[in-house]
Amino acid sequence: MSTELGINKYRAFNFRFLDQLLGYLSRDHRSSALGHVIRSLGIPLVAVAIFLMLWSVLAAQVQTSLGQLPGPAKVWEQAMVLVDEHRAEREKETAFYERQEKRNAEKLATDPAAEVRIRPYTGAPTFFDQILTSLVTVATGFLIASLIAIPIGVVIGMSNTLYMAFNPIIQLFKPVSPLAWLPIVTMVVSAVYVSKDPFFAKSFLTSAITVTLCCLWPTIINTAVGVSSVDKDLINVSRVLRLPWLTKTIKIVLPSSIPMMFTGLRLSLGIGWMVLIAAEMLAQNPGLGKFVWDEFQNGSSNSLARIMVAVLVIGFIGFALDRGMLTLQRRFSWDKSATLR
Amino acid sequence: MNEPNHLELTSVAIDFPTDKGPFRALDNVNLKIEKGEFISLIGHSGCGKSTVLNIVAGLHRATHGGVILNGKEVVEPGPERAVVFQNHSLLPWLSAYQNIELGVKQVFKGKKSRVEIREWIEHNLELVHMSHARDKRPDEISGGMKQRVGIARALAMQPEVLLMDEPFGALDALTRAHLQDSLMEIHATLGNTVIMITHDVDEAVLLSDRIVMMSNGPAATIGEILAIELARPRERLALADDARYNHYRSAVLKFLYERQRRPEDNEQDSKPAAAQVSGASDKPGEAADTAALRLVSG
Ligand SMILES: Nc1ncnc2c1ncn2[C@@H]1O[C@H](COP(=O)(O)OP(=O)(O)O)[C@@H](O)[C@H]1O
Ligand SMILES: [Mg+2]
Repeated sequence: MSTELGINKYRAFNFRFLDQLLGYLSRDHRSSALGHVIRSLGIPLVAVAIFLMLWSVLAAQVQTSLGQLPGPAKVWEQAMVLVDEHRAEREKETAFYERQEKRNAEKLATDPAAEVRIRPYTGAPTFFDQILTSLVTVATGFLIASLIAIPIGVVIGMSNTLYMAFNPIIQLFKPVSPLAWLPIVTMVVSAVYVSKDPFFAKSFLTSAITVTLCCLWPTIINTAVGVSSVDKDLINVSRVLRLPWLTKTIKIVLPSSIPMMFTGLRLSLGIGWMVLIAAEMLAQNPGLGKFVWDEFQNGSSNSLARIMVAVLVIGFIGFALDRGMLTLQRRFSWDKSATLR
Repeated sequence: MNEPNHLELTSVAIDFPTDKGPFRALDNVNLKIEKGEFISLIGHSGCGKSTVLNIVAGLHRATHGGVILNGKEVVEPGPERAVVFQNHSLLPWLSAYQNIELGVKQVFKGKKSRVEIREWIEHNLELVHMSHARDKRPDEISGGMKQRVGIARALAMQPEVLLMDEPFGALDALTRAHLQDSLMEIHATLGNTVIMITHDVDEAVLLSDRIVMMSNGPAATIGEILAIELARPRERLALADDARYNHYRSAVLKFLYERQRRPEDNEQDSKPAAAQVSGASDKPGEAADTAALRLVSG
C-alpha cells in the first residue's frame, strides 16, 4: 500500500501524470476522429497556455533599465501598435503621391509642355517593410547558394578524386561563423560593386552574400553524401543495363539523392535565416535585424516589447520557411516519409 | 537444348579482401550449362550462392578461373545476362512501366520503333500479369507485384541468361506458388537459360532441370548436382504424390542437413579453416569434379 502511494506521489511530480490526465480526458474518444483531434490540437494548446502563463509570471519578476520585462499582453499590444504604424506610414505615402499628382495635373493644365516628375517617397521603413527586406535577402542568398552547392555536391559525390580535393576546403570553411566573413564581404562588395546607378543596394548584396556563404556547406555535404550513397543494388541495375554515364546520373543517381539534397537545403535555409538576422544587426543592413538593433539603441519603454514581437516573428518565419521546404520536398521527392523535425 | 557449352564456369575461385587478408569465398567451382536449361542453386546462407550468380552476371570478377558464355569470356555486366535481384531493386521513383522501359530502351535502342517499344513493354507486363499496375510506383504495389515487375524488367531485355537471386524468398506461400507457375510458363515459352538461387527445396525440385547443391564456405564449391527428370509441364498438385518427386526432395534435404551441417553449427571450427583455404577446399572440390563427370557422361 505505502509503496504504491509513494509511486503515485512520485508520478504526480512527473510528466507521466500529465500524460495520464490527458489520456483520461480523451479516453472515451480514443478511437474516434474527435479523440484524435483533441489529442493533436489539445496538447499543443495546453502547452502554449502553460508557456504564456509562465512567461507572464516570470517576466513580472524582472526589472530592467528599460522597465519591466514585458509579458504576453504587452507584447501583443506592441504588435498591434506596429501594425498601426505600418498603416499610418502607408497612408502618408499614398497621400504624398496624391499630392504630387495633383500638383503635376495643375501644372500640366496651365502649361501642357511642362516637365513633371514624381519624387519617390522616403519614409522610414516600417516593421513590415523590414520583414519583406529580410525575406527577399534570405531568398536571394539561399538561391545563389543552392545554385552553386547542388552541382558541386553532385560532382564531388560522384568522383572520389574531386571529393578528396574539395573535402579539406569544405571542412575548413564549414565551421566558420559567416559573421566572421561579414567584414571581408563588406569590403569586397564596396571595392568590386561600383556603379553609378546600382540595381541592388550594397547592404543588400552584403547580407545576401553572407547568407550564401553559410548556406553552401550543408547543401554541398548532404548532396555529396546522397549522391555517393546510392543503393548498391540500384547501381548494379545500371551496370547490368550498361546505362551510359548521363542516363545513370539522371535516372538513378540524382533521384535517389533528392531526399538528402533536401535535408541539406532545409538545414541551409534554417541557418541562413538565423545568420541573416545577426548579420543585419551587426552591419546595420536593412531588415529585421536592424529593426531589433534600432529598438535596442532607441531604449524607450516599449522597446523590449517591440523586440519580443520581432523575436516571435523571426521564429514564426523560420518555422514557415522550413514548412515550405518540407512541402517542396514532399512534392519533388519520391520518398514521402519526410517529416517536420 | 543442343549446345552443351552454352555457359561454362571453369575452376572459378574468388577472394574478397578483408581486414584479415583475402577471404576465399568460392573455390574450384565448375559447371556446364546447356542453352535453355533451368538450374537451381541451393545451399546454406552465406555459402556463396549470390557470389556465383554475381560472377556470372559480371558484377564480381573471379580471382581464378572464369565464365564463358557462347564462347566469349564474361568480363563485365551486360543486358544479355539479366538479373532479378533479391529485393527486386526497382527504382522507387519510376512506375512499373518506366522501370521496364529503362532496360528496354537501352537494349532495343535503334532496333525497335517507339511504338514497338511501348508494345513490347506492355507485352512483358502482360506476361507477368501486371498490366493493371502499369503506372503504379513500387511503393504502391505489394511485394509479390514488385517481384513480378522485377522479373518483367529482366525478361523484357530478352536475355540469353536469366539470373535470379532468391526471387521469391520474401513472399508468402500463395504468391510464391503463383509466381512459380508463371515462371514455369514463361520459361516454357521463351526458353531462356535460367540460374535461380533458392532456399526452398520444393521450389527447386518443381522448377529445375538440375539442382546444384553447394557446400558450406569458406572456399565453398559445388557439392552435388541432382538432375530432375520429371516431365514438363509439371503440376504441383500431381507431383505431391509422385514418388520420384519425393525422392528428389529428400535427396536435397539429405544433402543440406546431413552432409552439410548448417554454418552456425561449425562457426567455431570454420574460423581456423578460413586461414588454410586450399586445404579446406580439397574434398568438396573432388566431389564437384566427380559430380560434373557423372553429368557429362550421363
Ligand atoms: N563484397 C564482399 N566482401 C567480403 N566478403 C563477401 C563479399 N560478398 C560476399 N562475401 C562473403 O562471401 C560469402 C558468401 O556470400 P554470399 O554469396 O552472399 O552467400 P549466399 O548468397 O549463399 O548467402 C559470405 O561469407 C560473405 O560474407
Ligand atoms: Mg545471397
